[in-house]
Amino acid sequence: MTRYLIPFALFVALVVFLGIGLGLNPREVPSPLIGKPAPAFQLAQLQRPELTFTQKDMQGKVWLLNVWASWCVSCREEHPLLLELAKHNVVTIQGLNYKDKRDDALAWLKQFGDPYNLSISDSNGRVGIDYGVYGVPETFVIDKMGVIRYKHIGPVTPQALKDKILPLVRQLQQS
Amino acid sequence: MKTTILMLILLLVLPLPVLAQTAQPTPDDPVTNKRAVQLAEQLRCLVCQNQSLADSHAELAVDLRRQIREQIAQGKSDSAVVDFMVERYGEFVLYRPPMRTATWLLWFGPPLLLVLGIVLLLRYVRTRRTRIEQGPLSDAEQRAAQSLLVGDEGKQR
Repeated sequence: MTRYLIPFALFVALVVFLGIGLGLNPREVPSPLIGKPAPAFQLAQLQRPELTFTQKDMQGKVWLLNVWASWCVSCREEHPLLLELAKHNVVTIQGLNYKDKRDDALAWLKQFGDPYNLSISDSNGRVGIDYGVYGVPETFVIDKMGVIRYKHIGPVTPQALKDKILPLVRQLQQS
Repeated sequence: MKTTILMLILLLVLPLPVLAQTAQPTPDDPVTNKRAVQLAEQLRCLVCQNQSLADSHAELAVDLRRQIREQIAQGKSDSAVVDFMVERYGEFVLYRPPMRTATWLLWFGPPLLLVLGIVLLLRYVRTRRTRIEQGPLSDAEQRAAQSLLVGDEGKQR
């Protein structure tokens, strides 16, 4: 009897492991930046290129950094949610316009609405690299001390907003 | 006639220069180039995860290859370039994971399985050999077996 039981147990274990593997999302790579200070940048603003913006300008505030681009299709998916969030004035959303053309970006905001306090132009994608961006859209939660506390990869879903991002933002705002 | 054929041949040859491609811009330094390619081969492209930075045509891979070249040009060591990538994208970008307690199973699992397989195979071969070495049946066993077989046959018919 044990002769058959051992291979069977091994088979079941293998199936369980493969089953777990199927459920994982390989695109979600944990960011090593969580718990680290947000990488420094100083970039021109999208709407007013003569002005710059740096992560230091947000010192003392909890804020979201949302990486977007006009060429990014799934950015449209999360956009209504960001607009809704901006309307409620819970948290400041800054946009990082990643590898985009200025005219395209402005037209996109005009067409779909602008949830961002302001957007900055990362036209060559260097700041994106510093933030470990590999799939637009991405959203970072940054605390009052300028430390990255959370990173959401892919379009923000209502569930992620409700279960993860907003509770974290509230908690950080109180601390 | 001859001239017409000649003209036709000439016409056939005429579009050939169009096929010639413009040469890829060659990097100034072959050593830098070689190092950059070697580094890119060790790093995973996060956009298409089963390709290295060297193989991938994703835009991010192009940017990161440029980063590697720039950093080499700045005189950074290979490990500094790799650290730069790990700081931003995590150890997931390394095709060769570092040896740590958490990665022991990853490193030693396959050789362990191989050893286990060899041990099991040797054990199987040994038991099989002793079974063969027991030799042919004795007369009494032969008779007992025969009667069993005949008896069975009788029942079936």
